[in-house]
Amino acid sequence: MTHVALFALDATSQMDPTTGVFLIASVIKMIAIFTLVMVGVAYTTFAERRISAWIQDRHGPNRVGPLGLFQVLADGVKNLMKEETYPGDANLTLFILAPAIAFIPAMLTWAVIPFASPLPTPWGRIDMVVADLPVGFLFTLAISSIGVYGLALAGWSSNNKYALLGGLRASAQMISYEIAMGMSTVCVLLLSGNVHLTEIIKQQSTMGWNVFLLSIAFFLFLIAAFAETNRVPFDLPEAESELIAGYHTEYSAMKFSMFPISEYAGMITASAMLVTLFFGGWDIPFTQWDNTGEFTVLKTLLTFASFAVKTLFWVFFYIWIRWTLPRFRYDQLMSLGWKVMLPIALAYVTVIATLVLALDMAGLPRDWRFGGAMFAVNAVLVVLLFFVLDRGRIVSPAYSRLDKAAVARLRAVTAARAALTTGEGA
Amino acid sequence: MQNEFVPLFYGFHFYLFGLIALASALMFVTRKSPVAAALWLVQTMFALAALYVMMDAQFVGVMQILVYAGAIMVVFLFVIMLLNLGHPSEISDIRGKWGRVIAGLFGIALLAEIGAASRNALVPALQLPQAPTDGAINGTAGVIGPIAGPMFKEYLLAFELTSVLLLVAVIGAVVLGKKSSNAR
Repeated sequence: MTHVALFALDATSQMDPTTGVFLIASVIKMIAIFTLVMVGVAYTTFAERRISAWIQDRHGPNRVGPLGLFQVLADGVKNLMKEETYPGDANLTLFILAPAIAFIPAMLTWAVIPFASPLPTPWGRIDMVVADLPVGFLFTLAISSIGVYGLALAGWSSNNKYALLGGLRASAQMISYEIAMGMSTVCVLLLSGNVHLTEIIKQQSTMGWNVFLLSIAFFLFLIAAFAETNRVPFDLPEAESELIAGYHTEYSAMKFSMFPISEYAGMITASAMLVTLFFGGWDIPFTQWDNTGEFTVLKTLLTFASFAVKTLFWVFFYIWIRWTLPRFRYDQLMSLGWKVMLPIALAYVTVIATLVLALDMAGLPRDWRFGGAMFAVNAVLVVLLFFVLDRGRIVSPAYSRLDKAAVARLRAVTAARAALTTGEGA
Repeated sequence: MQNEFVPLFYGFHFYLFGLIALASALMFVTRKSPVAAALWLVQTMFALAALYVMMDAQFVGVMQILVYAGAIMVVFLFVIMLLNLGHPSEISDIRGKWGRVIAGLFGIALLAEIGAASRNALVPALQLPQAPTDGAINGTAGVIGPIAGPMFKEYLLAFELTSVLLLVAVIGAVVLGKKSSNAR
């Protein structure tokens, strides 16, 4: 009996909720999401340390609690108990405000990300998103564009040349990559025809995930998301080999801790956006069961699990990249953003717009057939871009293969040197 | 969500964000430090974005944040930091007593004009924003449909010409910048 009551609710459960229910549900969702993301942030820092240890063949923190799981609590207590220091010539108001300004945008994007299929309750249908804004996607872009203030102000208010350089780098880098990010997502909007994130997920559940339909846009968005969150290989604002610690050089204790917290929160948010825009959001692959028919509690739980697994995979990917790639040089960073990613994004928008127009004119219905045609074209484009056009030149000449003349010259020099050494030895 | 609290709710938020916008705009013109002034301007833009959203113009509100607060003001701040201007009291461009008096007079004149215009029979009476209607949100392309349609259909030529104008301005800036560096 309880089983039936849990999974087959009466007709009111599919209706819109009343104002009172809406307000209470919103507050519960806010608290739940905030708690989940903050716990996620805490354990992502732990995961980073354990995974980096695994990649480098070390043990990592494994002393506090079982498997070292209480390490995050110990770190939190340590950061709260430490002494706060303030630089003498700092602009104190902004110095204190900057960590908060860095943290808030990283969390705010979660307000519009749908994390599961709607939940039926006896008081009406509750959407599993904190605020289902009709401008959802643009809201996320707007919020990510103000994330730079915290970093820039932290750098400037510290009154320290390394911090200032870090802040300047952060603002230059984030403005540059925001453009490529916005351009890459234009393709997503072309396909869905709406900026409402729920609509974008619906489009992917009928046509197939955007990662297959818009592969190059996905790669561009992925790279831009790394740059926007200042993660390796784009962590020039805090490059410790040149800038001590960049924009947070002068910070200590919990105020310092706010910067890593906002970085990890930004990482989780970027992963969730990546999943929403390119991996079908809460859509469960290979089945239409979750998208059709009445909403049930079981569907909500399983779609949430699907969303969480996909998001955690991209969080892992972020960590994996950090312990695999070295940092870019500053000129490589700028040339990648402006000379490679922006032109590719612009060209790709043109290609996708033409393709969508052509397929619509051919009268293809907007379901798996439309998706299949897009996927075929994208497979060709990906092979063209990565294996024919690029050939290892994607970042800058420093990474490119040498042409034949240069190789011949180098070989001649080496041979001459070798001949010289053997001549001396004889 | 349509009940008797909605007008009160909208009225309260209209005055709240209106006051925030006005207060931060005043702080913006009176601050001596350029960084503080820029940040107060960002605050004004956020309050304005909230007002746009209340007037059912979510797209304009988000663009206000994305373009002005998120891009233009960041570049402003970048330039201010890059120049690393000296002590606020040395670089302030607030000019003596007479400058302030004249500027204040102009401000009062402008306020009086707005007041007169709002009482004019030709201009409809000022009204608080109404609660959003579902029709504007649930159209074919959502909230951006009503903006995208006219922009890319009726006014396409004007739109493209404006973008060419902006391109000319960008190229002009680059050319001027190059010339001054070549002159040495």
